[in-house]
Amino acid sequence: MSARLARAALWLTGVLVAAWLVAPTLVVIPLGFTDKVSLTFPPTGWSTRWYANFFGDPAWTAALANSLLVGVLVAAVATVLGTAAAFGLSRWTSRRGAAAARVLLLAPMIVPGIIVAIGVYAVFLKFQLAGSLAGFVAAHTVLALPFVVVSVSASLGTFDVRLETAAASLGAGRWATFRQVTLPLIMPGVVSGALFAFVTSFDEVVVSLFIQSPALVTLPVQMYSSVTRETDPTLAAAATMILALTTVLVTGGLALSARRNRAR
Amino acid sequence: MAALLTPVASGGRAGAAPPPSGRPGRLARHWPFLLIVPALLVLLAVFVYPVAQTFVGAFTIPEPGTENFSWFFGSPANVAVLTRTFSTALWATLICLALAYPYAYLMTVASPKARAALLLIVMLPFWTSLMVRTFAWLVLLQDTGVVNDFLGLFGLGPFGLVRSRTGVLVGMVQILMPFMVLPLYSVMSGIDRRLLTAAQSLGARPIVALLRVFVPLSLPGVAAGSTMVFITSLGFYVTPALLGSPSEALISQFMYTQVSGMLKWGRGGAMAVVLFATTLLLMGLLGLAMRAGRRTRAAVR
Repeated sequence: MSARLARAALWLTGVLVAAWLVAPTLVVIPLGFTDKVSLTFPPTGWSTRWYANFFGDPAWTAALANSLLVGVLVAAVATVLGTAAAFGLSRWTSRRGAAAARVLLLAPMIVPGIIVAIGVYAVFLKFQLAGSLAGFVAAHTVLALPFVVVSVSASLGTFDVRLETAAASLGAGRWATFRQVTLPLIMPGVVSGALFAFVTSFDEVVVSLFIQSPALVTLPVQMYSSVTRETDPTLAAAATMILALTTVLVTGGLALSARRNRAR
Repeated sequence: MAALLTPVASGGRAGAAPPPSGRPGRLARHWPFLLIVPALLVLLAVFVYPVAQTFVGAFTIPEPGTENFSWFFGSPANVAVLTRTFSTALWATLICLALAYPYAYLMTVASPKARAALLLIVMLPFWTSLMVRTFAWLVLLQDTGVVNDFLGLFGLGPFGLVRSRTGVLVGMVQILMPFMVLPLYSVMSGIDRRLLTAAQSLGARPIVALLRVFVPLSLPGVAAGSTMVFITSLGFYVTPALLGSPSEALISQFMYTQVSGMLKWGRGGAMAVVLFATTLLLMGLLGLAMRAGRRTRAAVR
């Protein structure tokens, strides 16, 4: 009996923690559709005026467009660089070299964001990259690289190297082997790495807060400054859209990783 | 692997031909390195160089010396920022541990489907926008928010939950949960549950078996998770800035004010050095503890 009680208590704790992890974030969804000017929950009436407000305000639409543009560019650059690096790491016969390079590639995950932000801000000021598209893409790429490297490395870990030997023995060059044999097989890892890279850039706040300029503001930065100034439900509408987009992308990425694991 | 490919590849490329000695040439052995170079160059330019510059600046701006450090450690108000950052991180770690331990344990005893669901629930918030989650907490915890309304039903409050340490901790712990649950789960799932059965067959009550057998075996996960959570919470910026009180700034907010507002690069650099040194020290200690733990376990066996 007491064992059953203990089990029930365990499940109750688990469910409460799970609810606390997921539920609070969901309050932003109904708030975006409120007809009131204030952020009271639960809303008493419904309207889509805050979405109209979002898409009618150039500050918000420009921020959204910037975030999408930066995110797509970061996903492209980080995926190419990260896939090449992960492939190189898996083939490099110098164990010590590969280990050192891997530590360096994953370091942006461990160094506190504020330190990276201060350093990047100083360097960008010096080279006049602050507030530029290239600057944003470069800074976000560094933060996104580890996720691509991890994701692609996991795919390469389950890849049968003998397939490359077979392709080579049939006369394929290294590039043709990679293009026609290796890349298709590690594609799930590459795509989920690209999705995570996009989401990393799309969500990034701290570095962006430093390197922003009036000419280039991303969506999280616009949200941040809007939260500190005044809070109206347009914020909830913006939050809902970010939530929807990232959820779709991340679920896609996780599903691809799961498929990769099942294939093992 | 490269050696296996070399004979075929060298057919078309003179540069990759093995030298007469029979040992593969430098290029043949190290060509994979060339694939890592572009990523490393970007990292060097936009990560290593800026961070190194910041650290150097701590000792050179405005003039060479340690004046930035004596400024930081010389004023009680600044040291208070540091202790507050550490105590907040410590609280966040303890709360995370208290919540994550039963959660991770539940994952090890749940059916595969329930386990997958529990794992997804931990992982999804990890990928949910930080801004969105912080904003949600701001709405929930505000003076007229849901939490205070609910407490009001019992005649409690309203409490000042935002602009306080409570707000910071609630927001931080939610974001940090994956860093605690995942290492705990990976260690717990490797524990042989037959040891618990054995302990009980020898007369231990289930709770005693759990505390004396399972908990000690799960300690490496506790150490790894706690270190990850502690380190990550030291560098938090957005959550304390929005949910915390401006008069109770943490070190990252303080760094932001010094650098962005007052352009005191040296001071910001000095705090960066302190923050980074602490991070490295803690990671080193964790590494040592893990190694010692492995050695002890090996000796026991």
